[in-house]
Amino acid sequence: MTTLSIEPLWRAAHGRTGDKGNRSNISVIAWDPALYPLLVAQITESAVAQRFAHRRPVRVQRFLLPTLHAMNFVLDDVLDGGVNDSLNLDSHGKALSFLLLDMPLEVPDTLRIHLAGTTRSPTTTPYSQETPST
Amino acid sequence: MNKDVLRVGCAAGFSGDRTDAARPVVDALIASGGPSVLIFETLAERTLALAQIARRTDPQLGYEPLLDEMLRPVLADCLAHGIRIVSNFGAANPRGAARRIAALARELNLPVPRIAVVSGDDVSGTPHRDALNDGLQGALAGREVVSANAYLGAEPIANALIAGAQIVVCGRVADPSLTVGPAIAHFGWAADDWDRLARATMAGHLLECGAQVTGGYYADPGLKDVAGLARLGYPIAEIDLNGQCVITKPPGSGGRVDEHIVKEQLLYEVHDPAAYVTPDVVADLSEAQVQQVGSDRVLLRGVRGHPRTDSLKVNVCCASGWLAEAEISYAGARAEGRARLAADIVRERLAGIGPLRIDLIGVSSVIADDAGHWLEAVPDSGATDVRLRMALRHTDRGQAERLAREMVALYTCGPAGGGGVRTSLRPTLGTLSFLMPRGLITSRFEFFDPQQEGA
Repeated sequence: MTTLSIEPLWRAAHGRTGDKGNRSNISVIAWDPALYPLLVAQITESAVAQRFAHRRPVRVQRFLLPTLHAMNFVLDDVLDGGVNDSLNLDSHGKALSFLLLDMPLEVPDTLRIHLAGTTRSPTTTPYSQETPST
Repeated sequence: MNKDVLRVGCAAGFSGDRTDAARPVVDALIASGGPSVLIFETLAERTLALAQIARRTDPQLGYEPLLDEMLRPVLADCLAHGIRIVSNFGAANPRGAARRIAALARELNLPVPRIAVVSGDDVSGTPHRDALNDGLQGALAGREVVSANAYLGAEPIANALIAGAQIVVCGRVADPSLTVGPAIAHFGWAADDWDRLARATMAGHLLECGAQVTGGYYADPGLKDVAGLARLGYPIAEIDLNGQCVITKPPGSGGRVDEHIVKEQLLYEVHDPAAYVTPDVVADLSEAQVQQVGSDRVLLRGVRGHPRTDSLKVNVCCASGWLAEAEISYAGARAEGRARLAADIVRERLAGIGPLRIDLIGVSSVIADDAGHWLEAVPDSGATDVRLRMALRHTDRGQAERLAREMVALYTCGPAGGGGVRTSLRPTLGTLSFLMPRGLITSRFEFFDPQQEGA
């Protein structure tokens, strides 16, 4: 029987944030091709929209890149106007990939061998408690 | 890969990048012995507006302020070894940059190089005013235009190189076009060879942020370790006649080129990966693959191209008012509670002034939203070293200045133990963008004539 454990997404994937105007894009790239189906199944548009709920995204789009074992999320209107208008110290939203990569991911024991890094204590950020929608 | 390879090295990813980056890249290009080009990408969205402001104060200025520091260490070797230089460091004054490069060459006792100046990107003048107003649909009403520039493509760069330019100075061009131009000039691709143009475009995309593809902006100790970040090697793309490229870096330099790093940069600032739009082509990454083909060598393949669109993106910068920021620190027992109380006091004093952002640095300072939804959801965490930051924007300078005064007043009227107040007030620029029909924009190049310029 396969048992599942909850891991932070950053153990299964890495990514980088880019910005254009008031739109942010965040890549999610599997550390190993074997982990890619987990990402596709669990890190959905609605799960990411929920994760960024405090920034009131107007639209979240997910583009799949199976040959790169990667996904690209595009979040509209999450930068408080972007680099020109935001009051945020990080007006580009460059730190946002780390918010996404802290999402919880259910990982079957059989795939744990492909995870990167080591597990640490759970995060304490206020929006980290949701379970991912599948 | 075919043996006919064009090497494009990138020695800057933004204005303000490390100015000692070019030397190792140029050494590697010389050692390769093959045809090569050095590019500097120095023009972020608002850099050009800042350059335009500089040019207003001195008509000789308005180009990249670090031009000398970037070029001086490598200009002689680039000219001696036939390494051509292509850059958007002309910013708001490409002719001024050309004049400065000619003077620099003379200072270094070099023959003045053939410098091409690309123009046509500036659409702020009277001929384009109607198109500007149409494109912005009234958003411009009453606002002072600081700069308006179209993103030009690779064509004038390619033509300048074919005509024999040793250095090509541009203002606003699409970043990947700095790479596509030299590739067109070298391989002689047709203007509708979409697949090859798309592949070279993605090579340029991987280069355009400098060290972000060689291990910069990637490290996360214990999880994503990168050695040698203090002496990062900047990237070199080896482009073949089909446009396919291998990304690498100078031997012995710091950083790393691997599949994971290249994937992060490939998707950086991309929206729909099937339609990455530039002036030259619409690139399609849907079937792209990356493959490690050697130490610090990653091959990009599978990129396809679709016909370019019939419009060019135009960025318009306007003066937009003032940004006020102010900070104060609290430490020790109940520090977070005192910082929160200080914020409440300032908020009450400035009631009605408009949106006011509150950060508790040490608790939450970047993930949170301007409206404060995030911070509201965080209970006092008991943090014992907290810096309160508050920020607001206002079109009126006098109103914006009130934030600094209220923060300073916390010294005597606020919670116990507040210290280290810093305040700042800066004029701000807003950016608007729209698509302008290609037919309204004429890009061209001309050779800089030192005699005529009296340089």
